[in-house]
Amino acid sequence: MNAVIEEHHDHDHKPTGIGRWLFSTNHKDIGTMYLWFAFIMFFVGGSLALLIRAELFLPGLQIAEPDFFNQLTTLHGLIMVFGVIMPAFVGLANWQLPLMIGAPDMALPRMNNWSFWLLPAAFGLLLASLVMSLMGMGSAPNFGWTFYAPLSTTYGPSSTDFFIFSVHLMGISSVMGAINVIATIMNMRAPGMNYMKMPIFVWTWFITAYLLIAVMPVLAGAVTMMLTDRHFGTSFFDAAGGGDPVMFQHIFWFFGHPEVYIMILPAFGIISQIVPTFSRKPLFGYSSMVYATASIAFLSFIVWAHHMFTTGMPVAGELFFMYSTMLIAVPTGVKVFNWVSTMWKGSLTFETPMLFAIAFIFLFTMGGFTGLMLCIVPADFQYHDTYFVVAHFHYVLVTGAAFSIMAAVYYWIPKWTGNMYDEKLGKLHFWLTVISSNVLFFPMHFLGLAGMPRRIPDYALQFTEFNQIATVGAFVFGFSQLIFLYVVIKCVRGGKKASSEVWEGAKGLEFDLPSPAPFHSHTTPPQVK
Amino acid sequence: MRAVSRPIGLACLLLASNPSFADYQLNLEPGVTSFSQGAYNIHTIVMWICVIIGIVVYGAMTYSILKHRKTNHPNPAKFDDNTTIEILWTVIPVLILIAIAVPATKVLLAMEDTSNSDMSIKVTGYQWKWHYDYIGEDVNFFSNMSTPMDQIKNKEAKGENYLLEVDNHVVIPTNKKVRFLFTANDVIHAWWVPAFGVKKDAIPGFINEGWAEVAEPGIYRGQCAELCGANHGYMPIVVEAKSEQDYLAWLDEKKAAKAAADASADKTWSMDELMAQGEAAYNTNCSACHMPTGEGLPGAFPGLINSPVVMGDVAKHIEVVLDGVPGTGMQAFGPQLNDADLAAIITYERNAWGNNTGDMVQPSDIKAARK
Repeated sequence: MNAVIEEHHDHDHKPTGIGRWLFSTNHKDIGTMYLWFAFIMFFVGGSLALLIRAELFLPGLQIAEPDFFNQLTTLHGLIMVFGVIMPAFVGLANWQLPLMIGAPDMALPRMNNWSFWLLPAAFGLLLASLVMSLMGMGSAPNFGWTFYAPLSTTYGPSSTDFFIFSVHLMGISSVMGAINVIATIMNMRAPGMNYMKMPIFVWTWFITAYLLIAVMPVLAGAVTMMLTDRHFGTSFFDAAGGGDPVMFQHIFWFFGHPEVYIMILPAFGIISQIVPTFSRKPLFGYSSMVYATASIAFLSFIVWAHHMFTTGMPVAGELFFMYSTMLIAVPTGVKVFNWVSTMWKGSLTFETPMLFAIAFIFLFTMGGFTGLMLCIVPADFQYHDTYFVVAHFHYVLVTGAAFSIMAAVYYWIPKWTGNMYDEKLGKLHFWLTVISSNVLFFPMHFLGLAGMPRRIPDYALQFTEFNQIATVGAFVFGFSQLIFLYVVIKCVRGGKKASSEVWEGAKGLEFDLPSPAPFHSHTTPPQVK
Repeated sequence: MRAVSRPIGLACLLLASNPSFADYQLNLEPGVTSFSQGAYNIHTIVMWICVIIGIVVYGAMTYSILKHRKTNHPNPAKFDDNTTIEILWTVIPVLILIAIAVPATKVLLAMEDTSNSDMSIKVTGYQWKWHYDYIGEDVNFFSNMSTPMDQIKNKEAKGENYLLEVDNHVVIPTNKKVRFLFTANDVIHAWWVPAFGVKKDAIPGFINEGWAEVAEPGIYRGQCAELCGANHGYMPIVVEAKSEQDYLAWLDEKKAAKAAADASADKTWSMDELMAQGEAAYNTNCSACHMPTGEGLPGAFPGLINSPVVMGDVAKHIEVVLDGVPGTGMQAFGPQLNDADLAAIITYERNAWGNNTGDMVQPSDIKAARK
């Protein structure tokens, strides 16, 4: 017994080889695995997107039959949402929350291990359906990532059951991750760090975790009802058996809209950490940031049916969901104004994390504008299910969420590895990414307004030009990410040594630790004044 | 906006080095109904409000990026709070939102008022075609995409209305309030004609409403806007607005054609007639899944060449086509097609692509099998 305790005092002790990763209970190793998992899935989901864009380069069918095209869009969406953005944020939470609140590790380390290792199983199942499809053994899920019934139930391919089980596993993984985040933040803050002294990234993840716990079970319920509709004779969503296909959409979007904020609130947190550092000025309006985040989280539960304006809701319902959705613009606006005010009269420098953060503010705001346009019901009748919507959510999810993740990696990777990344290559990656993403997504606004529906493999001739521009942007964007991969690997292997502060203006407990942060950090709780 | 963005669009086009120059469009179209005009107006208002807010926010950021960089501004200010300005930038957006909400509400209430319509058309979505039923007129028909497979497969040049053309137009009279009732037979579809501003989901088990009143005669094209399976991209909508006189003439024509078809169902058809009619009807109704070559899509839709159903018992073949196969994509075509078309299709399947069974199925056989 004594020997075991002795060992725990040895801070550098860690299992070696594959066991270090399989049995890891260390927040840093688990965070690293989450981030690499998300990175690999980013390339998988991105490859599917490039196939989609290649098919859409010209009208007519070239490389993907319509049914396979639908499989591509479905898996692209599912992988990017559940396999990239969410795991990447959980990875960042794992690495950063203990460092930022002065804790030695996450509160529930074994559950942490389990919640990560469920993910490869979940995506193994999902991708197995694609492999089987490529081998000619039936279709992979082909009903869109929103899997509306009855297309996904009565009319779904056999692989739908793989999809259902995969979603169950992802849901369990997310809920366990969220419980861990809440337990860590509630119990393991350093002495003196009360809630209103927590860094904003910690706050946004705290609120995100509650959203996850509230809505992932709803998603699990939806897929379970699908399962029983498919195999056990129920008719939840089958009109012929007295069920209600529209109810599926209500349940899905009751999950789906908070899910959107699950994918953007941590991004707000990241930007709120980075902008003050490189402005050398404290964050403007800390408490209004916290309240704005909480308001957005609350509102996210009462706006879901704005995804369903064309389903034939009563006018009173349409008005309610239009007004409630408009309200979201207010707290979101407060956040953008706060970031701009933080920069105002600062002393700005433009290292790669700051460049991505600034691009985030510009381009996420673009997505916010189109969001406001989309909530106006009469206009939404025209925008709904067109490329305008595709443009909107790629602005918030790619140039929003994904940019924030890239910013976070550049910002904290010196702390993780002890080495500075290659700033020149980082900037090259940034400029290629920001230009190509706009070449890729901006023309989609025009396509949508001109009347091109989403999720079609082939289109009328007047849509050709903008589709070609988008495809060119997509390939530049996709291949630019290989630079990111190279920069990360190069940084992990070596480079200029990072100081403990890393950045000139950096504040926060993680920057009191040496770089790289030791395997067990904050073993003595720091005192926060 | 158009004046500004057009040169930018042209510059982008040069980058893409595209030889053809089809008529592309940057903005929403105002359309031809009060519905679509309303949507266009509110779209324009909100877009300009966004542009103005964007200029303010992006302007402040750009100023800060230029003037407050470390080289110009080495000593950062210390402030992190200003209650007055924070209240202002909460209240002003609320006021702007109210200013948007008022006209949006007005337009919406006008749109959703389907009362006092002059006529009604029931629109039913099928995988992957639309069915139109003129209520009270005994006129109903399917409308299938008429773009040939060879154009889609890039084997022949694409026509002007590629993917946006159908065999039977929905004809409506001008200056009449036409009410549409939407439902679906299988999965959810959405009926969308951009020029009308009408986009409504067609949902099995539900009936949704929409309406249009068109002043100018013309042809208006649209597409299904809700993912509905493999050929979601291939179920266009073509509405033709005609003067009331022309519309009534068209109605009479449709009724006469139906009477002729009913009459022909009673006669005995020759093999050549059946094969000719069968090929046309097969390509309209069956080839989306079973392919014009009869090969099907391996893994998704069975081929018909040497298939046990097609080569086997005629009665069984008729039953499959009439009643469909539950739990698969094979629909029940009995309620969709008339006896002559069904007889012709079945005869065609049994004798085309080397399936030379020599079997002939007459419309009277179908009539008998319908019981």
